[in-house]
Amino acid sequence: MSAPPRTATEAVEAIRAGQLSARELWLACQAAATDDELNAFTWVADADDGPNEEAAALPFAGIPLAVKDLFCTEGIPSQAGSRILRDYRPPYTATVVRQLLDAGASLLAKTNQDEFAMGSSNENSAYGAVLNPHDRGRVPGGSSGGSAAAVAAGIVPWALGTDTGGSIRQPAALCGIVGLKPTYGACSRYGMIAFASSLDQAGPLTRSVADAALLFSKMVGRDPCDSTSLAFPEAIELPRSERLDGLRFGVPDELTGEGVETGVRAAFEASVALVEQLGASVERCQLPHAPHALAAYYLIAPAECSSNLARFDGVRYGLRVDSQDGSLEEMYSRTRAEGFGAEVKRRVMLGTYALSSGYYDAYYGRAQRVRTKIAEDFRAAFERFDFILTPTSPTAAFELGARTSDPLAMYLSDFCTVPMSLAGIPAISIPNGASGGLPVGLQVVGPAFSEPRLLDAAHALELAHADRVKTIALPSPLRFEGNENGAAGARE
Amino acid sequence: MLDRDQVLHVARLARLELTHDEVERMSRELSAVLDHIETISELDLESVAPTSHVIEIANALRADEPRPSLSREVALAGAPAVAEEGFEVPTPGS
Repeated sequence: MSAPPRTATEAVEAIRAGQLSARELWLACQAAATDDELNAFTWVADADDGPNEEAAALPFAGIPLAVKDLFCTEGIPSQAGSRILRDYRPPYTATVVRQLLDAGASLLAKTNQDEFAMGSSNENSAYGAVLNPHDRGRVPGGSSGGSAAAVAAGIVPWALGTDTGGSIRQPAALCGIVGLKPTYGACSRYGMIAFASSLDQAGPLTRSVADAALLFSKMVGRDPCDSTSLAFPEAIELPRSERLDGLRFGVPDELTGEGVETGVRAAFEASVALVEQLGASVERCQLPHAPHALAAYYLIAPAECSSNLARFDGVRYGLRVDSQDGSLEEMYSRTRAEGFGAEVKRRVMLGTYALSSGYYDAYYGRAQRVRTKIAEDFRAAFERFDFILTPTSPTAAFELGARTSDPLAMYLSDFCTVPMSLAGIPAISIPNGASGGLPVGLQVVGPAFSEPRLLDAAHALELAHADRVKTIALPSPLRFEGNENGAAGARE
Repeated sequence: MLDRDQVLHVARLARLELTHDEVERMSRELSAVLDHIETISELDLESVAPTSHVIEIANALRADEPRPSLSREVALAGAPAVAEEGFEVPTPGS
């Protein structure tokens, strides 16, 4: 073959055709991950632990996969970006990871992330910030920033992330790749270190929509270990659409106006014109409660986080800091003080406050009612439209440190992605050209369990966007033996 | 607005020891976030039912069949302190 495979789908095809071996690809990715300068990884497999001959016959042909650190992987560090879980090696593997390994993916690396998935810049990791491969002075987005940076930089073909309020879609947008947040319940959460259980979903970060569909097709399914998971109602096929004829797209005023920076808006408007050229209709619409989504989210997510993170207490796993007075309570509070970073503490405090006696109805109860209104807004919109279109992030990647001193400004990064999370509906971010030389994302949103149609529409848009997206493509870091130019040589 | 005493009360509920600086910062930062959150108090939500789960599922049951679980040894492997085949903790209440 003349060049390293650009996508996972191409890599699988190249292995099938005998143009590349799974082993060669593993070694090239392993070397690139070891040499990584973006701080994208918290653990990288040994070169010797690559796929065996049998893997080539499986659907994923043994190609490497990077997995966000918060997925439990048996015997392999799973630290969720937190000091409190330093060197924690779980006794079991998350269902979603297990399914992908069974389908023939090879676990190459665990990726850096914001601590317990709380953050939009990856600066909240106890293992250091991740750098954006397009500009190392900027953030990759978060919380799945390591996964996004690794895929965008071409170090791994694809990666697994999780999305609670935008943690797959926003870093995908800021790094110029594809990120899918599935319908809540489509993929098992068993073995995902929990942040906000009513919102958390696993999903793919990839370099093409077809790759997202391919990875997602093996992630779905009901898991007896997660009572909120459901059997996906249909098979996930590879997307093939090249047109959007007859489809109706809605553009909500509330998520496309104020707060969206000029370059992002220009890219968005260009993509709206493209949707029409592909045969679809586009109309403006309203999601009247969307402006309240962020407020509801920053009550619901911290409330659930304060409850979920109660398990980190220095008893069963992770860090313990001994008490000075010999009491159990002081051991808890010193362990948590030492083990949690500033943002996690902030959210644990906010959530504990919102759930505390006397405030529950005013905060958590109210937020859950707002959530109902947001879901109703989407249901009403989907009676008129097949899909909703918004920018993924109101800005392109910001500079490292730019928002760390202002939590509220950081939270505003999520204002286009949080409403869909609250409604539990699927949304995909695809590359949408650039603003000031930095990648910009386009978010396509559909009703619950519409992923097959959503992926098809995103695929048609991806094809039509190809020229604009080429401008942000990065050179592959993969080096194959016997070819100094980084291209895989012809094999026997 | 969250004052110093409220911050300390919530920190106690959350089992989180805060330094003097953290108490000051928490008071300031949480107050700013709560101010933003206050915007939902403008909405009329009287007749609206709360949503705790977005996708309709009823009775997600599985067969109640015994199956192997983690061995004691494996379950204790990650513990910071172990005593008599259990998790060791300081004496509760002092």
